[in-house]
Amino acid sequence: MFYREAGDFKTTYKDDNQTFPIKFDRYRYYAVMFAAFAVIPFLINDYWVNAIFLPFLIYAIAAIGLNILVGYCGQVSLGTGGFMAVGAYACYKLMTGFPEINLFFHIIISGGITAFVCVLFGLPSLRIKGFYLAVATLAAQFFLVWLFNRVPWFYNYSASGQINSPERSLFDITITGPNADAWAKYLFCLVFLTVLALIARNLTRGTIGRTWMAIRDMDIAAEIIGVNPLKAKISAFAVSGFFVGVSGALFFSVYLGAVEVGEVFGINKSFLVLFMIIIGGLGSIFGSFAGAAFLVLLPVLLKNVLVGGLGWPTDLAAHLEFLIIGALIVIFLIAEPHGLAQLWRVAKEKLRLWPFPH
Amino acid sequence: MLDTSDSYVTEDGRTIGGVVMEMKNITLRFGGVVAIKDISFDIREGEIRAIIGPNGAGKSSMLNVISGFYNPQEGDVYYKGALRPPMKPYQVAQQGIARTFQNIALFEGMTVLDNIMTGRLNHMKAGLFAQAIWKGKAEAEEVANREVVEKIIDFLEIQSIRKTPVGRLPYGLKKRVELARALAAEPSILLLDEPMAGMNVEEKEDMSRFILDVNDEFGTTIALIEHDMGVVMDLSDRVVVMDYGKKIGDGTPDEVRSNQAVIDAYLGVSHD
Repeated sequence: MFYREAGDFKTTYKDDNQTFPIKFDRYRYYAVMFAAFAVIPFLINDYWVNAIFLPFLIYAIAAIGLNILVGYCGQVSLGTGGFMAVGAYACYKLMTGFPEINLFFHIIISGGITAFVCVLFGLPSLRIKGFYLAVATLAAQFFLVWLFNRVPWFYNYSASGQINSPERSLFDITITGPNADAWAKYLFCLVFLTVLALIARNLTRGTIGRTWMAIRDMDIAAEIIGVNPLKAKISAFAVSGFFVGVSGALFFSVYLGAVEVGEVFGINKSFLVLFMIIIGGLGSIFGSFAGAAFLVLLPVLLKNVLVGGLGWPTDLAAHLEFLIIGALIVIFLIAEPHGLAQLWRVAKEKLRLWPFPH
Repeated sequence: MLDTSDSYVTEDGRTIGGVVMEMKNITLRFGGVVAIKDISFDIREGEIRAIIGPNGAGKSSMLNVISGFYNPQEGDVYYKGALRPPMKPYQVAQQGIARTFQNIALFEGMTVLDNIMTGRLNHMKAGLFAQAIWKGKAEAEEVANREVVEKIIDFLEIQSIRKTPVGRLPYGLKKRVELARALAAEPSILLLDEPMAGMNVEEKEDMSRFILDVNDEFGTTIALIEHDMGVVMDLSDRVVVMDYGKKIGDGTPDEVRSNQAVIDAYLGVSHD
């Protein structure tokens, strides 16, 4: 009834190429943007921001980054945790080394440094594919965590081996450190997510996105058409690295404030982000959001229902949480292997016809 | 350096120019197996050149040599008058050689439009940052190239499926989309590897019409491999015949048809 293309004529190719070609999508997007920027900041408190919004925003950035690499370019990576650590440590070194420069630029530069490291570890992808590449990126994961643990220069020779985010502000509003307001942290991350998601959408709908997808779908044919595999794969690793690096920097500086690398950026993190994009949908920007939301919200929801609603002991609920999430993932993947994004697409196609049966 | 001195006009009024690609004494080996043995032939500008031969004759290997997928151990490839050094397939594509595949090699996860737009790759110049910003250069370029692609879509009569993912299309249409993707590159030489394999008579007629139209309207030089002799004899200006990696015949369809070595290769001959 509401969701359809009929009557929404496009007379130029420019119109046909816009970010949201369907009118309803466009208005929904404006509504979401309005709510995210102008409504939510006034409603949230510390609990909401720290339990739900910040992890969702930051994981969504990481998931988009990984989705570019795995979902669009078809290069499997298990090094996300390690690359997030690169972003975090780069940000820490920049924050402590150049305190006069704004945090905003630190985070961008951290993304750039991570992009470089990611390209370095992506070089084997020119020779190896699939599971073998996954193992090679796994090596990156372990090596990077080891490096940040063992080389004291990275944590400024602090006794605990941890890195702590000093207090920094933007436009005189404190963003990091214990005195930062919830809404400021939220808005800071939201700006990054919005801009990066738009960039990801622009890249994936244009030439470079098509070369990535060509490499993913059939690399030999892509090369014969004129895709330079070196350029395509390296650019995917670089862009993905940038996104993951920014998310790592935000994760450390804005969200956690203090990081012990083995605990925070271990192999678990790599799998978590990978699960997000598999559940959300490979090769879909929306899927990255959906997957991040699913895996951030579900534990919170379960905890509230089990502990708050049913009054079970916390430890029992925590263990059951693993069981339930694991089972849900398996069931979900059997029912819809293409993820939440596919469910969303099917729903939209149904909506186009609704309320008529054909 | 294109030699157009000996160009001629065919019976149906098309002008065939000078030699645009020349293969000289090509030998290709896979370990001990000799796939192509000392073959020379040329392709003239604007002509339809067929490569035929029984199964395993080395036709597809020959096409792979032309498109840079294999580098021959011996022999030289001259393209537009200059010796072509060994290069990667994507560099050959950038020089203006496009091809289709025997078993369709489309990007199944992408729409028809995206597949054909990928073929325009070598005409798109916007860098990573321009594309990330999108507004401005990248968008203008996308629109300009979309116009070219839409012309090809009209030409091949696939308007109705432009936004369909390729994975959902039937075989005949996939073949057509693959031709569209190759055409989108605006190649100077178009290589077609069995464009009519597995098609029924009507689809073959359609495809033949498209091949002739492409050659006629865009003046594209076409080299094709095909097993349907009727099609080959009707379409092509000149034919190379291969058998066991060797060239056994070269000439107009009529000459080839009356060549005893060719008849022997196809019908078999007693070795006594």
